[in-house]
Amino acid sequence: MDRSNRHALLDPLIDNNPITLQILGLCSALAVTTTLATALTMSLALTTVLTFSSGIISALRRHIPRSVRLIVQITVISSLVVMVDEILQAYAVEMSKRLSVFVSLIVTNCIVLGRTEGFAMQHDVKRSMLDGLGNGLGYSLVLILVGIVRELLGSGTLLGVSVFPLAADGGWFQPLALMLMPPSAFLLIGLLIWALRTWKRAQIEPSELPESALVLSETEAVGDGLARSVR
Amino acid sequence: MDLLALFVDAIFVDNLALSFFLGICTFLAVSRTVATALGLGAAVILVQGITVPVNNLVHRHLLAEGAWSWAGLPEVDLTYLGLMLYIGVIAAVVQVLEMVLERYFPTLHRTMGLFLPLLAVNCAILGGSLFMVERDYGFAESMFYGVGSGVGWALAVVLLAGIREKLRYADVPEGLHGLGLSFIVVGLMSLGFLALADIRLG
Repeated sequence: MDRSNRHALLDPLIDNNPITLQILGLCSALAVTTTLATALTMSLALTTVLTFSSGIISALRRHIPRSVRLIVQITVISSLVVMVDEILQAYAVEMSKRLSVFVSLIVTNCIVLGRTEGFAMQHDVKRSMLDGLGNGLGYSLVLILVGIVRELLGSGTLLGVSVFPLAADGGWFQPLALMLMPPSAFLLIGLLIWALRTWKRAQIEPSELPESALVLSETEAVGDGLARSVR
Repeated sequence: MDLLALFVDAIFVDNLALSFFLGICTFLAVSRTVATALGLGAAVILVQGITVPVNNLVHRHLLAEGAWSWAGLPEVDLTYLGLMLYIGVIAAVVQVLEMVLERYFPTLHRTMGLFLPLLAVNCAILGGSLFMVERDYGFAESMFYGVGSGVGWALAVVLLAGIREKLRYADVPEGLHGLGLSFIVVGLMSLGFLALADIRLG
């Protein structure tokens, strides 16, 4: 694998992580991390959708008229999401119920649209799929970390297997109920970002708190483009 | 009374932003000042209040099992097409809304026009429609749920913007600047909203 391909795959893991640096795709990241199993399933679903949508869009990139490109992208993404959702419902009904609407919400996950619009439209199929895979893995990394912490401290288990024996069953561990509630996800990701930025100082934001211009203008561009292509 | 309870629930208990984490990208990106947050909040209430009932009609009269029985096709079940249709409806509503506002309410368009295109790809809006389908709301319920969940989201974003305006003067560790601190503040707000979970009307 040559250097630029490796860069496309590995850069989004830590140095350019979609969640902690680009603020993309947070919604699902927070909602499905109460247990490691749901976090893993969600990671798998998103990585699959992201890799294949990048590949398909990249293969079609010379045939998509600019003015309708966002509609085309959303259609490709939502078809893939519907497929993943149907597969989950067919083979893992329980899991599909626990993830509820969040698998469907991959459609509006900004990571997917961000990568297809920002990368796959300009690069060849192989690079685009690697970039999709890399961003999917970067997303998965954060999800799995948060999932491990929340399940371990919230119910003393990992993937349903008891790790810390609970006080209720004669062990020593008193589970932290807060870890299973929504606020803990926000707090954990906040702390994770703090830790990461203390380690990688280049990611620290300037203290003036300027508009996070890049992210905002990116989302706006996507929204504007969508509006124009609808017109 | 049930409808009122649903409305209050949608604002405080099932808050889309703080308990279901929906629309968080926009939530964090557009909460620097109270003025912009207000504009965004108003746009969300408007779009949510229209798209949830419209998608409710689409779901019950086009997609649900038995919706085509009048045409002699009682066993047709198109719910798997739902996702694509809902997002199409949302994009279309946003588009029409923008044109109507621009033509007839230019002042309103100036305050919230910028945010309307953003909302077409906002997961709080799509999430509202998906929850409506999952919980099997009727038409009246979907109207109350749509407006209620929009108000809840708007409330959360305006409160966050207020807190962030004050935090600009705080001296926080370097690694927490911006995003990290916002997350922790939202976590504390979410904790506060948990205290409202016991509100029950009727």
